[in-house]
Amino acid sequence: MTPLGISHYTLTTALGAGRSPHTQALLAERSGLSDRAFETCALPTWIGEVQGLDAAVPEALSEWDCRNNRLAELGLLQDGFIEAVTAARLRYGAARIGVFIGTSTSGVLQTEHAYQARSGDEHLPDWFHHRQTQNSYSVAEYVRLRLGLEGTAVAISTACSSSAKVFASAQRAIAAGFCDAAVVGGVDSLCLTTLYGFNALQLLSNEVCRPADAQRKGLSIGEASGFALVEPDLDHVLVLEGYGESSDAYHMSSPDPGGLGALAAMTAALRRAGVESSEIGYINLHGTATPANDAAEDKAICALFGPATPCSSTKGWTGHTLGAAGIVEAALALICLEQGLVPRSLNTQRVDPLLQAQIALESKATSLRHVLSNSFGFGGNNCSLLFGRRA
Amino acid sequence: MSPLYLEAVGIAAAGLADWASTIAVLRGDAPYEAAELPTYAPSLLPPNERRRATLSVRQGFRAAEDALKGSRLPADQLAAVFASSDADLAIIQRISLALTETSRPVSPTDFHNSVHNAAAGYWSIATGSRLPSTTICAYDASFAAGLLEAATLIAADGHDTLLVCYDVPGPPLLQARRPFTCPASSALILRREASPSTIACLRLALTEDLCESRFDADPALEALRLGNPAMRALPLLSVIARRVQPATPIVMALPGRAGLRIDCRFP
Repeated sequence: MTPLGISHYTLTTALGAGRSPHTQALLAERSGLSDRAFETCALPTWIGEVQGLDAAVPEALSEWDCRNNRLAELGLLQDGFIEAVTAARLRYGAARIGVFIGTSTSGVLQTEHAYQARSGDEHLPDWFHHRQTQNSYSVAEYVRLRLGLEGTAVAISTACSSSAKVFASAQRAIAAGFCDAAVVGGVDSLCLTTLYGFNALQLLSNEVCRPADAQRKGLSIGEASGFALVEPDLDHVLVLEGYGESSDAYHMSSPDPGGLGALAAMTAALRRAGVESSEIGYINLHGTATPANDAAEDKAICALFGPATPCSSTKGWTGHTLGAAGIVEAALALICLEQGLVPRSLNTQRVDPLLQAQIALESKATSLRHVLSNSFGFGGNNCSLLFGRRA
Repeated sequence: MSPLYLEAVGIAAAGLADWASTIAVLRGDAPYEAAELPTYAPSLLPPNERRRATLSVRQGFRAAEDALKGSRLPADQLAAVFASSDADLAIIQRISLALTETSRPVSPTDFHNSVHNAAAGYWSIATGSRLPSTTICAYDASFAAGLLEAATLIAADGHDTLLVCYDVPGPPLLQARRPFTCPASSALILRREASPSTIACLRLALTEDLCESRFDADPALEALRLGNPAMRALPLLSVIARRVQPATPIVMALPGRAGLRIDCRFP
């Protein structure tokens, strides 16, 4: 495919706001996870909570005010992202920049609050704005309005692959001429729905998540926002070289144990990029730290890459940020490309002997040209992104 | 961009039980009567998934299975774009209510069905399709945004692609904030190449014209069009049913300040 230039990118997670604290935390091997409680959650679990979400969104968008859109706002304010989009808007025109935002739970925390605030047979409180908070499109509309863009906008909601797939959709829309550039991103915020939901599925760890570890017990949930400005490739240093999407056709909440869906997504990404598997220097795993996910992904990786390609999950740093995981891990993969870093699998003490892939137990400085980032979601929805760095 | 070739259409809404009977209504040969849909069980779902599939998932399946009936393409060779504004508000309410209880008894099945892409997930299990599948949301413009997504997917990959748009009314507390007048779904099967079974050729373009095509002469159909995002497809389906190129192209609102213009030609 025609590579897509990454003109600008940013991310905000429990590690901090913007790229710099992420680079520092990766180098210092410092996790953003903690065992503090979120709201009234009584579960013994670790979370990746973003600080600084107490302020409401700007007055003009006050109906959109909720944790998810505050997280979007905080993310947009980092790394000069708004300024970069403003410059692009002057260049292309507001109507020619598309908006593609991934989210899984959108503002459902606001809906939880509305049901909690209601007593007896009352209707939901007047401050509850369904369209601007609960609806999955709300965050895409927030981003579009906040950035003053008038092109087509869409929310992609395929659970935990949502904000990886935004790159694929944007690349296609630009190639088809529906827009000249795009803001892609993802936002997902902590809520009781996901904490108690994953707990009900027995996928939540009661300790910090340990991807690929022999003793792994499941997820730590995090929240995050991240954005990238993508344009047709004009001598960009960082580019999206390929992507692959597939479905497991197996089960709603368990991956195909044979890893066939993951394998199809990664194979498609390599083929579209015209890159050989041996040229991939690092794979950022989906690596949720559930026994089933890590095993299925390992099978797919080994089938395609063999046991030598360095790989790791970065969820030990950020937690599983669900609908934002795609953009967060794309951004971390881009930081690794720029820094020349294979980050270790944080919190992993002893790799599960049943896993055959080259899980990095120590971080390593190395020159990287091509990296892959995997994101898999409920419904058996898979997306693999292949990023490259030009010398 | 290159044209899309329409292979089959599916629909399920009050008074429009399937595409075969809808053609006569949209041609004006039969009156539109907003009769409730007869009950329905998806035929493609395995028993386990059929038991777990919610009304929202079934509504998506209903139009998708109707479209499949009109096509000889194998279901496992279709990529998929699912589009819904609110997917499953009943589950949102059940989980939100469970969270107000002390023990917070969130059902695991409710939780995995709560993802916006639940219908798409069930669809890939039902058909065995491992091809790309996307689920989008664009509030009232979900059909047009889904059509745009399907068009770019077909242009990029060449896969025959199923587009499904669906929404169902939520429980009263949420229906008060997000009213849908009836459960409804619409589906198209689209291809990159013309074939002997092509129904219509569609050309999409963005337009600054934000004036949507409407049913000015038929208030009941116009109410249906506005009553559920899946029914924003009706002006397009009406042209397809008549098989006559309209004097002016179909326009649907997209999110943002954009419109989608659809030129239809017939073989």
